[in-house]
Amino acid sequence: MGRVKTIARRGFLIGSAAVAGGVVFGTYLYKREGENPLLDGLKPGETAITPYVKIDAQGITLITPRADVGQGAWSMQAHMIAEELDIDPRSAKLSPGPADAIYYNGVVGAEALPIAATSDTMLARGGRGAVDVMGKLMGLHITGGSSTVPDMYDRLRMAGAVARETLIKAAMKQTGLPRDQLGTENGCIVLPDGLKIEYIDLASIAAEIEPVQDVTLRDPSEWRYLTKPQKRTDIVAKSTGRQIYGIDMQMDGMVIATTRTNPAIGGGLNGFDAEAARQMRGVSAVLPITGGIAVVADNTWRAFQAAQAVECDWGPSPYIGDSADQFAAVAASFTDDQRDSRFKDEGDVEEALQDASVVEAEYRIPYLAHAPMEPMSVVVKLTEGRLDIWTGTQIPRFVKANMARLTGLDGDDIHVHVLMSGGSFGRRLEDDYIAQAVEIAMQMPDTPIKMIWQREEDFTHDFPRPLAIARGRGAVADAGIATFDLSIAAPSVAESSLARLNQPAFGPDVAIVAGAWDQPFQIPNYRVTGYRTPAMVPISSWRSVGASGNGFMHESFMDEMCHAAGADPLQERLRLCWHDASRKVLEAVGEMSEWGSDLGPNRGRGLAFTLAFGVPVAEVVEVTNTPDGIRIDKVFVAADVGRVLDPVNFEAQLQGGVIFGLGHAMNCELTYRDGVAEQDNYHAYEGMRLHQTPLIMVRGLENGDKIRGIGEPAVPPAAPALANAIFAATGQRIRELPLSKSIDFV
Amino acid sequence: MKLTVNGVTHDVDVEEDMPMLWVLRDVLGITGPKYGCGIAQCGACTVHMDGIAVRSCQLAAGDVEGEITTIEGLGSPAVRHAVQEAWIDLQVAQCGYCQSGQIMQAASFLELNPTPTDDQIDAAMSGNLCRCGTYPRIREAVKSAAIKLKAV
Repeated sequence: MGRVKTIARRGFLIGSAAVAGGVVFGTYLYKREGENPLLDGLKPGETAITPYVKIDAQGITLITPRADVGQGAWSMQAHMIAEELDIDPRSAKLSPGPADAIYYNGVVGAEALPIAATSDTMLARGGRGAVDVMGKLMGLHITGGSSTVPDMYDRLRMAGAVARETLIKAAMKQTGLPRDQLGTENGCIVLPDGLKIEYIDLASIAAEIEPVQDVTLRDPSEWRYLTKPQKRTDIVAKSTGRQIYGIDMQMDGMVIATTRTNPAIGGGLNGFDAEAARQMRGVSAVLPITGGIAVVADNTWRAFQAAQAVECDWGPSPYIGDSADQFAAVAASFTDDQRDSRFKDEGDVEEALQDASVVEAEYRIPYLAHAPMEPMSVVVKLTEGRLDIWTGTQIPRFVKANMARLTGLDGDDIHVHVLMSGGSFGRRLEDDYIAQAVEIAMQMPDTPIKMIWQREEDFTHDFPRPLAIARGRGAVADAGIATFDLSIAAPSVAESSLARLNQPAFGPDVAIVAGAWDQPFQIPNYRVTGYRTPAMVPISSWRSVGASGNGFMHESFMDEMCHAAGADPLQERLRLCWHDASRKVLEAVGEMSEWGSDLGPNRGRGLAFTLAFGVPVAEVVEVTNTPDGIRIDKVFVAADVGRVLDPVNFEAQLQGGVIFGLGHAMNCELTYRDGVAEQDNYHAYEGMRLHQTPLIMVRGLENGDKIRGIGEPAVPPAAPALANAIFAATGQRIRELPLSKSIDFV
Repeated sequence: MKLTVNGVTHDVDVEEDMPMLWVLRDVLGITGPKYGCGIAQCGACTVHMDGIAVRSCQLAAGDVEGEITTIEGLGSPAVRHAVQEAWIDLQVAQCGYCQSGQIMQAASFLELNPTPTDDQIDAAMSGNLCRCGTYPRIREAVKSAAIKLKAV
């Protein structure tokens, strides 16, 4: 690790690509937006050496601006800072910090570019540099796209190093000793005679000196925490019921609200009769909000009961309302007019298929709900000229901007306090529930309001993962795949979700083909085309976004083509794969699963591979066809994130991703009738349960050229690996999810 | 009505049919038990009534017969129950929202069946939903807790 210059108070690195693309405007904005937001409101004796480290006489606070939705982001960010600061991360307080442009995400936007993660051309590097600049200019304080580790890996270690060196400088000032006689150890400066000065005792001196500009990052061989098995900073709180989520907030004078809006998505409210509800015990108000009503009460259950007692006259949904018609709209999108992208087009597919025996298949995937365990909830308080919001959110600055528009307040007067989220899977990239609470607050100023959705409201007012249809055509030659043509039609997530953030969505939507167009295979005639279905019900990002469904499309068809060619699915993928790190995960999963060995009767193995978010992941699923249905016995997973920072959480995220992928593939769909989602609680939307959970063996490889995140990449290959295993065990090829529509599970 | 929760008796003025979940959370300020579904499908609200795991979203306050224990009463960060200790050792939680219920379910189950088979663990824990997919570690933690409890 070389010597890197930082601008400490301004606090973040400018990569060389970003400087090249930054130009004058960018430089100006960079400086203007680069002020350390922690410097506002520091109390006497406190110092904020960088935007990520705050120290006072009581202790050290580490700022972890990426949201924790269960993936362990707070703990990982704390470990990255602590590694360089030389403290025990569990000894520090953690804070997500304020919503601020300085905490911009310089990586996540790359998912919107048609640049394969495996590409390292000048153009690809330039594109990623531009994403960093855009993220900075827009102040894109956002969590998503498995970007926390790749985006923060250098930045947070630098912040820790700057803080450490500045504390050493403070100690030099206090002791008169030179730099080379001072060391650090676990939150202390160590003097030559072994005496120690605690960091916290240097806070006031550190506050008066200029932070050190030049720091050296530690060599990985010196690391105490990173790459070692970690204990999550939140594990004790979460194992003893002490973790506070948005739904748990309590404040003096707080009232509790719940809302009901038109279950027919996008439909209006013609009128309502709240007379009965207003008479119910504990109810203090029934208020109109956009598209529905809010009940305010002294207790959640009373609010829920009263909300059900309000008689609402709902208008119709403006969208295509029935599932069959929605799929028909997708099926009708495979036209030249609706062609959205063709990022992969090698050889000549049309010519190759002309005289060949063509293999054809069509795949369908349904809408899916996020349904995190904590239903949408938020606490808001609006007072004269100030709005405070407490909630789990991945988009604190967009929340500020959207609520400024709603209230007419200045963004600076809106304070978003980010809390631990009880799951998200992408749901907390939306702020509809926050806007509802703010609408209530505008009618009830000066009162803290906790707004909680009933689970039924949560299911029926999700922005789901979109449905899609894919059509594959292919041909074989010389016992191998010679032509592979996949066309995918779906509505655009970017078009739908960016509009709600008041952001433009330019050009093709990469998500329609993500996880399909960008796979590291070389096939003589290889084409992936995206078609955009006109907008229907509003949709959004769902764990692993476009790849969540396209992995199933691409890898099911790949399996079918291997069988058509008479080729082994693993050997054929290895033959076609040009990307070294990807080949190695395929080889690893082959070895782990003893691929090719005989499993005996009624059993089968399925393989799938998806490279998503830059992470190649290969999965082998083993199933048994029992008299009671399909039993999933084992899953083998190999993934490459470049460097595994915490083997414990790495395994947890891969296992969780596999279970998320398998559970939805088996059992889940969100269907609509008259614009109303038909699944309104978990009984109708069964993910995986413990008794269905297979043994899941995980292996991490480190051949990738960049460090990557692991929250999402395990999801896409799970569904196709399962479907391919079912084919191997039963001969039944299932091309539509959920699989339970076609086959029973134990 | 009088309700004993975590060893403390409270006099609460609530409707007979108010689910204990909301008495605990909104009247008594005990937020460890979580609201997930309201229809006994997820188990996030699980508490003990005289040591037996019950879904507090389905337990009407008027039907409470016995002492209620929540995750807060099972153990504390300083003095942890063996099941909590196992959950920490095995780093089970991800978002953590379902884990209060998972732990209460496991603690009650192991009280009734101190030497469970793998199938019995699967059956006992399958009513508790986890959307993050922590099941492999839940399985291991229940087994580990069984060993810890035997050693006590």
